[in-house]
Amino acid sequence: MATLANAATTPARRETAWSLAIAGAALVIFLIAAPFVLYPVFIMKALCFALFACAFNLLIGYVGLVSFGHALYFGWAGYLAAHAAKVWGVAPEFAVLIGTVTGMGLGLIAGVVAIRRQGIYFAMITLALAQMMYLVALRVKMTGGEDGIQGVPRGRLFGAFDLGNEMTMYAFVAVVALAAFFLIYRIINSPFGEVLKAIRENEQRAVSLGYKTDDYKLVAFVLSATLAGLAGSVKALVFQLASLTDVHWTMSGEVVLMTLVGGLGTIFGPIVGAFLIVAMENYLAPFGQWVLVIQGAVFVICVLSFRRGIIGELAARLRVRL
Amino acid sequence: MFEVFGIPSQALFGQLLLGLINGSFYALLSLGLAVIFGMLNIINFTHGAQYMMGAFAAFLLLRYAGIGYWPALVIVPIIVGATGVVVERLFLRRIQKLDHLYGLILTFGLALIIEGLFRNYYGSSGQPYGVPESLQGGRNLGFMFLPNYRAWVIAFSLVVCFATWFAIERTRLGSYLRAATENPALVRAFGINVPRMVTLTYGFGVGLAGLAGVMAAPIYNVSPQMGSDIIIVVFAVVVIGGMGSIMGAIITGFALGIVEGLTKVFFPEASNTVIFVIMIIVLLIRPAGLFGRSA
Amino acid sequence: MRLAASLAFAAAALIGTAAQAEDINVKLGVLSDMSSLYADIGGPGSVVAAKMAVEDFNPAAHGIKVEIVSADHQNKPDVGSSIARQWFDVDHVDAILDVPTSSVALAVSDVAREKNKVFLISGAASSDLTGPKCSPNSVHWTYDTWMLAHGTGGALVKTGGDRWFFLTADYAFGHALERDTTSVVQAAGGKVLGAVDHPLNTQDFSSFLLQAQASKAKVIGLANAGGDTINSIKQGAEFGITAGGQQFAGLLVFVTDVQALGLKTAQGLVLTETWYWDMNDANRAWTKRWQAERQGKFPSMVQAGVYSATLHYLKAVAALKSAADGKAVVNQMKAIPTDDPLFGKGYIRTDGRKIHPAYLFQVKKPEESKYPGDNYTLRATIPAEEAFRPIKDDNCPMVTN
Repeated sequence: MATLANAATTPARRETAWSLAIAGAALVIFLIAAPFVLYPVFIMKALCFALFACAFNLLIGYVGLVSFGHALYFGWAGYLAAHAAKVWGVAPEFAVLIGTVTGMGLGLIAGVVAIRRQGIYFAMITLALAQMMYLVALRVKMTGGEDGIQGVPRGRLFGAFDLGNEMTMYAFVAVVALAAFFLIYRIINSPFGEVLKAIRENEQRAVSLGYKTDDYKLVAFVLSATLAGLAGSVKALVFQLASLTDVHWTMSGEVVLMTLVGGLGTIFGPIVGAFLIVAMENYLAPFGQWVLVIQGAVFVICVLSFRRGIIGELAARLRVRL
Repeated sequence: MFEVFGIPSQALFGQLLLGLINGSFYALLSLGLAVIFGMLNIINFTHGAQYMMGAFAAFLLLRYAGIGYWPALVIVPIIVGATGVVVERLFLRRIQKLDHLYGLILTFGLALIIEGLFRNYYGSSGQPYGVPESLQGGRNLGFMFLPNYRAWVIAFSLVVCFATWFAIERTRLGSYLRAATENPALVRAFGINVPRMVTLTYGFGVGLAGLAGVMAAPIYNVSPQMGSDIIIVVFAVVVIGGMGSIMGAIITGFALGIVEGLTKVFFPEASNTVIFVIMIIVLLIRPAGLFGRSA
Repeated sequence: MRLAASLAFAAAALIGTAAQAEDINVKLGVLSDMSSLYADIGGPGSVVAAKMAVEDFNPAAHGIKVEIVSADHQNKPDVGSSIARQWFDVDHVDAILDVPTSSVALAVSDVAREKNKVFLISGAASSDLTGPKCSPNSVHWTYDTWMLAHGTGGALVKTGGDRWFFLTADYAFGHALERDTTSVVQAAGGKVLGAVDHPLNTQDFSSFLLQAQASKAKVIGLANAGGDTINSIKQGAEFGITAGGQQFAGLLVFVTDVQALGLKTAQGLVLTETWYWDMNDANRAWTKRWQAERQGKFPSMVQAGVYSATLHYLKAVAALKSAADGKAVVNQMKAIPTDDPLFGKGYIRTDGRKIHPAYLFQVKKPEESKYPGDNYTLRATIPAEEAFRPIKDDNCPMVTN
């Protein structure tokens, strides 16, 4: 496990958080200016995936646990949020809340089962659980099977803001995303986060120091699943659609790709990775199946010679934290 | 025509037999995976794509070289195995020292590339590949109509599985292989070329996938996504059987095929997921798998 | 000297733009399955068909400039709707064409209505598109599940196939087809003994086929399409379904599927299509042109439908001199009767349903086929007025008044 995490460590101390502040400011400025230059729906999509990737990164980059079935929380939260908004007719903030809670609940169940084992077995269990829930989604009436849940109403946020307006929706998504990124940053830099990193470095030592590592891992797992659920719920509202794609194992693979490309164990890595991959898929959409080939090639190249990812490399070269 | 638990025996035995056939493919594929993981500690996600390449190779040999099923049964595993050797040399060797999971990600990437390339070139509708003349038709067994070809699949898989198990567990070559995984440095000191053995073993495992592909071509649709459809189930089989246990993979493959068949009769909605449920239960009770040795 | 040159440039540019200002810019988007199980039914062949329609229309003569873009929706509603959204919002696409896979079509139809653009459906089948989900911005061309059910289903029930079992693709299209065919069978006094759902793109039908065999139904209705239908029939042959006296009803079979199956396996299959390449000289000539870009393949009715729809759309745009208001263009399309070399004369109903005759075909035996692509014998022609669901049975909100 240490080998996986080594890719992520960068030599910097807590005090040099100025780099993080600069990067954070750049992100905020970008998000304010971007919708006037780029297609807002594209940015919203990228933000949802960025949040998903950051949630995934919490687990892999900071705890050292590789989940190959993260689409489970992302997709099912989307289904519940979509169902709540469309069939139960709840307001968007409650739909997102319901979806996020779904992510948390599924994360708890999956976590209790998976945390018992380490390394490759952990990964295989998460994969199997996700695949099982995909097959359930295929059958259950509520999800609409191949059709998905279509025509999800965006509603009025807090009864006041009409989310049907593209820019209002964008503002909502941007605020939620930024708040979540900040939350992740706070989690990582808290005493709790320090224990997680200790577990990643050397679990035996953490245990010998008296920490109940399984509990810490479970909490981290549930947090990661909850945030993935948040991302999924918001995405369901943005696209007004929840479908099988979001629970399929290729979606789990995509989030691994985004995080790997952006940089495991960095704060901004997954965000950059998500934007890049979403942009790439957009750009390549007319070229049909080349997307698959290129994604595969990126995986291979990253593993062979680019394990730190874009932000990871940048951070290492500049010797700062990103 | 008697009934078992309220299900007509015809339906029951029919599905059981189908389960055995599916189980043959699970066994063949998980055998390849188990050999590769057991010997090399590599989780070969590309296995599904290599299975697909086997089916396509059979199709291409027939279409462009007029080479039929029987020769293909020998030629294709060699071709696909050779591609495996190339993959091992070019990619896997470089990441040997890293965490398992990088291997999984890398082979996953390779699988995407291969599937994407084939999809680009061949589309997804699937290619026709007929059942070979000598195996066409079938017999009416009374409780179901059993196509000859599917009977052949069961028989041949059993032979191949047993032969592989024998080669690894009971021959000297096999013992070198097993020793090399436990202590490569020592084995090398005895003058055995360990890297070459690793390469050949990977090639052999991949060749098994190719063989499964040829056998699948006449009955399953030869399409680029046939590999990704089956790979996760096969992973579950290997995990249940015990990663690295050859006999475990074989027995679990056949057994799970039968279990799946039974579920289709008594509880059809769960037939897809039953293998995963079993996997979770097994992992919780015996993490090394039913037949595995604790790593 | 310099001043004169730049003045000359400016003048030329002005004249150029002045001439351009007269041209109406129209952008068409062919959204199809480019790489998966429906790629041969629609896919790149649909793009070729659209291009041919633009050529034949001769836009320059009407003061129109047409651009065609295409994309792969991968049979996923989320991919399809997000491409549609982007096309309409950012890329100034005016009309989307084709879209096989009913679940995607339903999603795209919503987007087209929201953005007031045009959606010309050729590939998708669900009769809900002119029923409860009808839209003033969509026109459903080529075929639908009601027509298939009544064509193939009706024909088979008449010849004694009165007990059915369904093998259904588990999505909007499959369910619609099963539903429509069930009502035909029951109305004719037949019985549906059971049904089983299978996921889209299933590899192994053996367990489903076994259930169908056990049901002892006379007809096994395949409420699926593309690769799924091919697999069902192929594996059915393996299990001796037809040898055992049961008949397959390919409720949606295209000429491309028959090509893939080969005449040996597919012979005797009864199916309904609205266009066949070998029916008359006009079709054959068009097919030859189409094959210049798609060697070795034969066009399906879906691709012919894309050609026909594009032609009619451009006529409507030319008449209105604008493509901006989707509803207006569709209304214009409904106002002008249709006439093209492939489908002949027809019209579009208020509910968005294009009306033309349907044809019952039977797949030839291998010895009856004289040349590649010679797959069908015409068994019956269903006149246009009977081929599609009567408007009163639609449940289309636009019509109920």
